[in-house]
Amino acid sequence: MDNTYVVIAIVIIALVTFLTRSLPFIAFGKRPLPSWVTYLGKVLPPAIMVVLVCYCLKGITFSTLHGFLPEIIACLITAGVHVYKKNMYLSIIIGTICYMVLIKLI
Amino acid sequence: MKELRFALKQTFPIFFTYVFLGIAFGVMMIEAGFSILTAILCSVFIYAGSMQIAMIPMLISGSSFPLLAIMTLFINGRHLFYGVGFIEKFRKSGWRYPYMVFALTDETYSILCSVKHPTNINEKNADFFIALTNQCYWILGSLLGAVAGSFLPFDLSGIEFSATAFFLVVVLNQLSQYKSKIPALTGLISAVVFLVVLGPEYFIIPTLTVTLITLIILRDVISRKMEVAHG
Repeated sequence: MDNTYVVIAIVIIALVTFLTRSLPFIAFGKRPLPSWVTYLGKVLPPAIMVVLVCYCLKGITFSTLHGFLPEIIACLITAGVHVYKKNMYLSIIIGTICYMVLIKLI
Repeated sequence: MKELRFALKQTFPIFFTYVFLGIAFGVMMIEAGFSILTAILCSVFIYAGSMQIAMIPMLISGSSFPLLAIMTLFINGRHLFYGVGFIEKFRKSGWRYPYMVFALTDETYSILCSVKHPTNINEKNADFFIALTNQCYWILGSLLGAVAGSFLPFDLSGIEFSATAFFLVVVLNQLSQYKSKIPALTGLISAVVFLVVLGPEYFIIPTLTVTLITLIILRDVISRKMEVAHG
């Protein structure tokens, strides 16, 4: 592979990635924030976090059991452990181990 | 350094996700014929998990630069929505400002959204260390994968679920903290609708856009709920 091509490609991907992360900051510069932006800053996080869970689960398919059952069961176990024990480390570790076992079994 | 210790504790769940996904990335880069250095440079300067993995086949096939830029915009477009809540906070972070913006990944975003700082630590340093330790995990994983990936004796398939579990736990925590469930419901409904209608490739940007617009429209309703509950 041509080295120059790879280097330029990496620079482009790095710049565009940085652009997506910095756009809200560029857009509002140093001006005081309009009240609707402050409002969005408060209400977007819970919405985005739910969307991120869906983003992680976007690959599930319902045509085979293997396509969705490990994800669903592991999510239920993670949520169950979390509601019961309120310890995020424990919930994540147990949920992940269950998932790693389930994808072998189902 | 109590800020660093605090950050290590907060980022512990991400340690697994980033180290193991980093290993996966490192292994894929080496198998695709790239050098160890190239893999590390990507994790230092790009620092975007799904994009770094998606770019490998694109680089191999020699995709054009505009196409690479568009794909990056597409895959990382969701990050456009993350900064909104951190404008005030990052502005005040001084020399850390550019790095805080650069390092705003899904995982760092969700920690910063949910973190509760104890009163005796410097918040700016704590947040900076949270962002930095996360990237260190990612670089460490990439290095391990690139150097020793094919010798690793254990099967790690499924470890990526730790990210899903982490986001799920943050959602559960937020549900008990937020007085209004409308934001979370809005996100859930639009994600499911667009996932069914548009499929997994294209749903994320329309989902976030519609969520944003809906939350603006419902501003009065949601604000009232939050205020009543606070008062």
